[in-house]
Amino acid sequence: MENGRPAASEYFQRQVRWHPLEYAVWLAALLPFVLTPSHLSLASQIAITALFALSLDLLVGYAGLVSLGHAAFFGMGAYSAGLIAKHYWGEPLSVLLISGIFAGVLGYAMSHVIVRFRHLALIMLTLGFGLLLHEAANSASALTGGADGLQGFKYTSVLGFKFDMYGRAAYAYSLAVLFICFLVTRRIIHSPFGLALRGIRENALRMPAIGAPSLSHLRKAYTLAAVVAGVAGALLTQTTSTVSLEVLSFGRSADVLVILILGGAGRLYGGLLGAVIYMVARDQFSGINPQYWYFWIGLLLVAVVMFLPNGILGGLSALYKKTQ
Amino acid sequence: MLSTKKLNKRFGSLVVAKDIALDLPRGVRYALIGPNGAGKTTLINLMTGMVRPDSGQIFLGGKELTSLRPEARVRQGLARTFQINTLFPQLTALESVALAVLERQGISRVWWKSLPGYREAIDEAHDILVSLHLKTVANRLTRELPYGQQRLLEIALALATKPRVLLLDEPAAGVPKDENAELFAAISGLSRDLTVLFIEHDMDVVFRFASRILVMVGGRILVEGSPEEIAGNYEVREVYLGKARHG
Repeated sequence: MENGRPAASEYFQRQVRWHPLEYAVWLAALLPFVLTPSHLSLASQIAITALFALSLDLLVGYAGLVSLGHAAFFGMGAYSAGLIAKHYWGEPLSVLLISGIFAGVLGYAMSHVIVRFRHLALIMLTLGFGLLLHEAANSASALTGGADGLQGFKYTSVLGFKFDMYGRAAYAYSLAVLFICFLVTRRIIHSPFGLALRGIRENALRMPAIGAPSLSHLRKAYTLAAVVAGVAGALLTQTTSTVSLEVLSFGRSADVLVILILGGAGRLYGGLLGAVIYMVARDQFSGINPQYWYFWIGLLLVAVVMFLPNGILGGLSALYKKTQ
Repeated sequence: MLSTKKLNKRFGSLVVAKDIALDLPRGVRYALIGPNGAGKTTLINLMTGMVRPDSGQIFLGGKELTSLRPEARVRQGLARTFQINTLFPQLTALESVALAVLERQGISRVWWKSLPGYREAIDEAHDILVSLHLKTVANRLTRELPYGQQRLLEIALALATKPRVLLLDEPAAGVPKDENAELFAAISGLSRDLTVLFIEHDMDVVFRFASRILVMVGGRILVEGSPEEIAGNYEVREVYLGKARHG
């Protein structure tokens, strides 16, 4: 029986190992400091959006759940970070962590309802929760500032580096948080739990027949994804020193789903690539004709879904395999 | 090992299980036969908890399972396979079986450690694949496997849960007749401590591999006996074998 065992564990080790291209991607993420120093605030926005998309990938790409209300957790993190800074203290790292935990608690609470549903009901449920939170924040204007947003607080520095007008510290900070969260997510994907999530995605009916507590797995996935989304939201608050009601909007939930589908769900880097393409496109197209820029995103989305069902990254990876 | 008491189930006006009382001892190979619509698959669904009985009880090794969810019954040692492949298309054979092993060991909750660290679970999954002659395809995606190997993987997944009782719903369904010998050879090679119940339509296979036979008709157990008794039973020939011959 010993025969072949080493090959079996070698297979799993190969899955976990870093690909050379991965190093290249993260080194390339440093290029904006040198190549486009005047666009570092856009770079921060991209890093934050990428982190948000990464958190959704855990649900959509790995657990096979759809969500149209993921902004709930992003918004929870964003408002937490704003309110803590306004009323208590402004040390970024501790607030980032606490905001993530708050979002995680919300995710855990919501998960008890959400994981019992699938398909259309799940989409409507996540959409409904998202709208509820958006309007709750809107009407609680004494706390949140309502439609005017939350201002009057300032995160001045992280580990001694000041958030300046050029956005160097903001991008360095956002990128570092993205990278750390990426490492955590990558570990989750390659853990026994990550395999169980893929099992649920592949066949929810078989899971109970191998003794798997699927609902408990899904609750955990929801909680973890909410923490990461909350951290992304808090990052936005900290790097912009303001919270607008938009952080909880349906538009944000829809955008992040579009970003993930464009980039390619279920591949870790899909959300990152999607965020770069989407944010750069928005920056460029909205400069040309601000009213119509969604036209181009719509066109891109239709083209990708029709011709690249696994997203742009899925297409690239198929191409890469062909050339090997 | 596995027993039921007065199990009843109706779907609307259709009676699919009527006063089913069974007692399957350890290590016995049972064949469950009966015409289409007799309630054979429903009986497996009732025993594994995928369908709730209207009344009655189910026991495994003396412990009552009736109120347990399907996944809890699996952890008690009651595993099943499906008539129609119910696999993980985009997982490899090795990943699928490793998943089942990890679930059994309760390790699948761990999200902060890397999979390659669980060498024992991976080795166990590998050994199960070897025992079912699936070693050469261990790293291929399930959806790419030939149909016959997918049927074997069905059994591999169930074995990874370390069952005391294994319920096989038409393990050779869709496999050409000349190829199902390998499948049943694998089944008959399973541990003698394991109680196996399989649904099967091919009488040659049933009489070759079963040590006991259960005949089900219209939601009832018509008769239980050794292959010789069943072969000589007039009622069975009349009600089941006779009918089946006319389609």
